[in-house]
Amino acid sequence: MKVVNKGIRKKDAMSLVTGKPVYTDDITQGSYLVVKLLRSPHAHALIEDIDIEKAKNLQGIECILTYKDVPQVRFTTAGQSYPEPSPYDRLILDKRIRCVGDPVAIVAGIDEKTVNKALDRIKVKYNVLEPILDFTKAKDNKIIVHPEDNFKALDSIGADNKRNLCASECTEYGNVEEDFNKCAHVIERTYHTKANNQTMMETFRTATNIDAYGRLNIISSTQVPFHVRRIVANALQIPKSKVRVIKPRIGGGFGAKQSVVSEIFPSVVTIKTGKPAKLIYSRKESFTNGSPRHESEITVKIGADENGIIKVISMHTLWNAGAYGDHGPTTVGLAGHKAMTIYKSMKSFKFDYEVIYSNTMGAGAYRGYGATQGFFALESAVNELAAELNMDPTVLRMNSMLSGEHVGETMPSYFNEVLNSCNLDKCLIRAKEMIDWDRKYPFIDIGNNKVRSVGCAVAMQGSGISDVDVGAVEIRLNDDGFYTLMIGATDMGTGCDTILAQMAAEALDCDFDNVVVHGVDTDLSPYDTGSYASSTTYITGMAVVKACESLRSKIINEGARLIGCLPNEVDFDGEKIYSLNNEKQISLKDIGNESFLGFNNYLTASASQSSPVSPPPFMAGLVELEIDKLTGKIDIIDYVAVVDCGTVINPNLARVQTEGGIVQGIGMALYEDIIFDENGRMVNDSFLQYKIPARNDVGTIRVEFEPSYEPTGPFGAKSIGEIVINTPSPAIANAVYNATKVNIRKLPITSEKIVMGILDIENK
Amino acid sequence: MEINLWINGKEFKDDVLPDTVLIDFIRSKGFYSVKRGCETSNCGLCTVLMDGKPILSCSTLALRGNGHDITTIEGIEEEALEFGGFMADQGAEQCGFCSPGFIMTVIAMKNELTNPSEEEIKNYLNGNLCRCTGYMGQLRAIKKYLEKGSK
Repeated sequence: MKVVNKGIRKKDAMSLVTGKPVYTDDITQGSYLVVKLLRSPHAHALIEDIDIEKAKNLQGIECILTYKDVPQVRFTTAGQSYPEPSPYDRLILDKRIRCVGDPVAIVAGIDEKTVNKALDRIKVKYNVLEPILDFTKAKDNKIIVHPEDNFKALDSIGADNKRNLCASECTEYGNVEEDFNKCAHVIERTYHTKANNQTMMETFRTATNIDAYGRLNIISSTQVPFHVRRIVANALQIPKSKVRVIKPRIGGGFGAKQSVVSEIFPSVVTIKTGKPAKLIYSRKESFTNGSPRHESEITVKIGADENGIIKVISMHTLWNAGAYGDHGPTTVGLAGHKAMTIYKSMKSFKFDYEVIYSNTMGAGAYRGYGATQGFFALESAVNELAAELNMDPTVLRMNSMLSGEHVGETMPSYFNEVLNSCNLDKCLIRAKEMIDWDRKYPFIDIGNNKVRSVGCAVAMQGSGISDVDVGAVEIRLNDDGFYTLMIGATDMGTGCDTILAQMAAEALDCDFDNVVVHGVDTDLSPYDTGSYASSTTYITGMAVVKACESLRSKIINEGARLIGCLPNEVDFDGEKIYSLNNEKQISLKDIGNESFLGFNNYLTASASQSSPVSPPPFMAGLVELEIDKLTGKIDIIDYVAVVDCGTVINPNLARVQTEGGIVQGIGMALYEDIIFDENGRMVNDSFLQYKIPARNDVGTIRVEFEPSYEPTGPFGAKSIGEIVINTPSPAIANAVYNATKVNIRKLPITSEKIVMGILDIENK
Repeated sequence: MEINLWINGKEFKDDVLPDTVLIDFIRSKGFYSVKRGCETSNCGLCTVLMDGKPILSCSTLALRGNGHDITTIEGIEEEALEFGGFMADQGAEQCGFCSPGFIMTVIAMKNELTNPSEEEIKNYLNGNLCRCTGYMGQLRAIKKYLEKGSK
């Protein structure tokens, strides 16, 4: 391959590193109204009265909107294909307040100072209600988060709003009880993961205006432009034809921007006033009212035979939806289906879950999408099982997990999909070599109370949502023989514009620079569900392959016609069409130019792709820690990752994705923790208190690939974006155990918990 | 209040409010490379050079810039392209939102430290957060950039 599998620079790289004005706020300068939200200080309340008189008369205030001014039709802000699995449980502004920071009023004015002054002058009378903040106690509680009768679930997701149930399900395969009884070893443990914030560097932001055709234009930092079009139109009760969404460069998303967080508010202002409007979330707002990872409590029970081979797994999962159900019913599914599937030796399984409403911030999508929580629980339990059996946890895994040997077999816990590609065994073997596991396991004492220990985890994810995700592209031949690739997938820094162009260049035998890309404008781009669910490389990539095949054959037909041959008498080498029988030929450039003059068959092709399967990428993550047993201080020395994402389309970008995901995972493992006070207010709502890893915190990270070939993927590719966040929490917990015998089952893994655990063991 | 300062060599005389922060002043003059990532001086995205030294423009009053030379990445296009090329060769810009502030700090480091060790590099740049890359690609880019500079 000439272009695929090469570490090519991103197409937008040089404009990003020279600070060009390419993000939402940069390209929407001028007379935009500043939009801000008045937010509730209470976690649970009913608005009895809002007095806006003193605010609306301020000079420079354009509009103040309350629940009286917006449609009272419920919707979801979850960016998912219609019919969304997330319940319709929101209003733009609601009389009922369900979490601290719920919007109470939308204020728009000429500048920030004026708007702030107006926010201060709005008087709200609340009937403050007792909140239910602990999701483990919320089901069937007397406090109901969504008592409304117009609550609606489009799908049978097991929702019952009168019981605070956002979703519930129980799946069982085989005879779990009988299999547990047969097992020589059974362990049962409960794990707790906390809510985390994605903290993409560019906070939520949206600018809106009315264009020359009288349509609402939305320029937004979003992962899901087409879903934004639908959701905003639904929320505002306007036709979808009246909405156009443009995605410029985005300063990161990680799932946060798979929810329609900021788009609706300036849209309402622009509809009401006819004027351009812009809302930029502060970092604090992005923390307190973003779309964080769902907090979870997962009880895992594993049964193994006398050789430590895993025979049966059950997972019981409680999930905190928070105030709204965005992505609740779907993220929770991955906790079981993605996690358990990795243990192929399992003969039976049970997975049941409940997603519970509470009066905390509504959660959303975050890289890993529930699988991350599931893998922390399951991989930790597997490590605890290995410890009980006095087995090396890597050896236990090698005997039970998916490997190359299982290719062609059905995976019952993965919706009966067939495994088409897998190098997980090679990943683990190679990762062990890289970190020198056999020498270092379980730990090496380096004196002064300090030990260096190693820990291990494996993980998988999917590649797109099977039979749901759609990626479409269009590719055109232009004069001078260059191509335009129109894509609806959303590059949010990940580099999908680049890797899709790499695939097009490979398929059309041309230079990478001969393909220009354009995305995303919902008026121009072909439909794409958006960039989430690890779908872009696999789904949209395959659409590129199909569209290029189609364009290629059109070029051959046209070239053959121009030189007076039949299509089967010529070939195309990317630069010219040439006769297989004589000297006749015509360059691509000339074909392009000819097609721009008196020609009625513009050379363009489009294709869309949806896949009945979601092939899992695999990864082994091994960590070496240094732990001070006196203070509990943890230093990450080395993190080794070996990934099977199928064919690596761009090794540089895949490597940086992996390194970035691991560091986000390290943050989740060691300190990221959304904490609410007794009134439901988020306590640590800034980077001062909510620490994310800085470059001093992460040691060395080393990444290698063990590519398998996925026959259903473009050039054999699977996904990379999400799987990379799944191993740090369980691997680090395992290394902590190997150093101290302390099992930390509640994230984050703090020094305090380690020391308290050591003291507990000593005092026993 | 009247101020007089230079941004990328160009003089700006303006009347500013006492509480105008430098980042807003700079952006209002069309230098959009300077980004805001937080309100608590933690992320480093808004880093610019004042008289050659890196400062956080989100927590510096525009008044403080009076009489000083401010440099943003727009003012050092050549260095930005040179170092940026090493970043791009690693794919280490990713979303790019933190890149301008980060690159300004790298340029300041290069001027201030000779042959910095890996630890010195990490310490110097520790205030520049990045959520995409995990920092390793940035480190590889810096090492190659400094290697080339020392040849």
